[in-house]
Amino acid sequence: MSTLSASVPSDRGALTRAHSANFIETLLVALLLGAAGYCALFVAPTERTMGVIQRIFYFHVPSWWSAFVAFAIVLVSNLAYLRGRNPKWDWLGVSAAEVGVAFVTVGLVTGPIWAHPVWGIWWTWDARLTSAFVLWVLYVSYLLLRNLIEEPERRAVVSAVFGIFAAVDIPLVYFSIWFFRTQHPQPVIGDGGSLDSQMARVLLLCWAAMLGILVLMIRQRYRVEALRWDVDRLRLTAAQSASELSARQGFAMGEGQ
Amino acid sequence: MALARPAAVLLGKELQTEFRTRELLTTTVVFVLMVLVLFSFTFDPTSIESRRFAPGLLWLTLLFAGSLMLHPSFTREQTNDTLAALRLAPIDPTAILAAKILANACFLLVAEAVLLPIFAALYNLHVWPVLGRMCVVLILGTLALATIGTVFSAISSQARMRELLLPLLLMPVLTPALIASAEATAGLFDDPAYLSPQWVGLLAGFDAIFLTVTWLFGEYLLEE
Repeated sequence: MSTLSASVPSDRGALTRAHSANFIETLLVALLLGAAGYCALFVAPTERTMGVIQRIFYFHVPSWWSAFVAFAIVLVSNLAYLRGRNPKWDWLGVSAAEVGVAFVTVGLVTGPIWAHPVWGIWWTWDARLTSAFVLWVLYVSYLLLRNLIEEPERRAVVSAVFGIFAAVDIPLVYFSIWFFRTQHPQPVIGDGGSLDSQMARVLLLCWAAMLGILVLMIRQRYRVEALRWDVDRLRLTAAQSASELSARQGFAMGEGQ
Repeated sequence: MALARPAAVLLGKELQTEFRTRELLTTTVVFVLMVLVLFSFTFDPTSIESRRFAPGLLWLTLLFAGSLMLHPSFTREQTNDTLAALRLAPIDPTAILAAKILANACFLLVAEAVLLPIFAALYNLHVWPVLGRMCVVLILGTLALATIGTVFSAISSQARMRELLLPLLLMPVLTPALIASAEATAGLFDDPAYLSPQWVGLLAGFDAIFLTVTWLFGEYLLEE
């Protein structure tokens, strides 16, 4: 049960200290997020052609960048788990994948909100949008796969291999869809355009806030996963000893007859 | 060589198991035929339209068929726990995967050989003049389907709800291969027929990359 004591401090003093550290970090990220929101809404200049709706960009773009950071963490954790078989990498992998999927979902929702007034449509099968959607499906199936395997070690190995396949697939998806759609005129999202320096600063502040949320959420999820691993193992051990016991009892009864 | 010999022996075993009953092959051929006919009912295409839809339809149908057909390749071993026996053999575990990938590619290719003339007749396509190039696309696309499908069937066989899980894992990862095969096939039915090096290159690259990834990481799926 070393993992259990490592993930949850056992004595009361340590628990309180961990809680207050958590509280301070959460407060810092909340303040950062507040500042980012204020700057995105009031400090950054209004875009000339698109108007106010362009401000969604300060949340849309950083959530995509954060999602890529999260998926990079997933890939590194998957490789590290297969090499060393330390369950901590598995916990980190699933935590980052779940948070990454959340950020992709934010990106997929904020995109159409912006696109509807600007392009006049909610969605188009453009290269970037389509690959974003495939990316979301890939990691959702990674999470689904994990839910369907009971034994913790097996789940970790199998999902790590799937995670590596998914990560290798991402550039291929992007290239194929990009080739596929280049014949068609496509809406350009900021490509080749230059960003106002004030806008760039606000964008970076927003990204910092998003990364703060990313770290907090991954850490929280990591603790939950560590506990879940222990619970799964206990459950398996209990099931095994129960079946052993019933087998022994059956054997004893057979002898009695 | 250390990989080739055991893989060849295992491939023989896979082919023998299948050709004794021909369960997979007959089911796949009938399934694909049924889907093709149902598609033509639901869309009721004119001859020009059907020529436009046909390549995408062919590959989508093969993908569906593959996701059903590749599923037994590991679950079949579970009934008598024969995978454990294979694992005990003093061979590289990658050989087991390689043999299964090749066997599945063979089954799919045999099914395609039966289906292609019927498909050409149903959708009024002139396959004969482009047959050689069509075979290149079919082989590369089928290899992609068989590689990913076999590995993911090893993954899904270890989970609950495996029948549903395999297509779910397979389809998003195969998106690039599906697009490339459908586009390359569409080029063959253009006037003049044209085999796009871009799409064939993408398909070949897809195969090479995922065969390498399977070679590097596949054996983890077979450990006990």
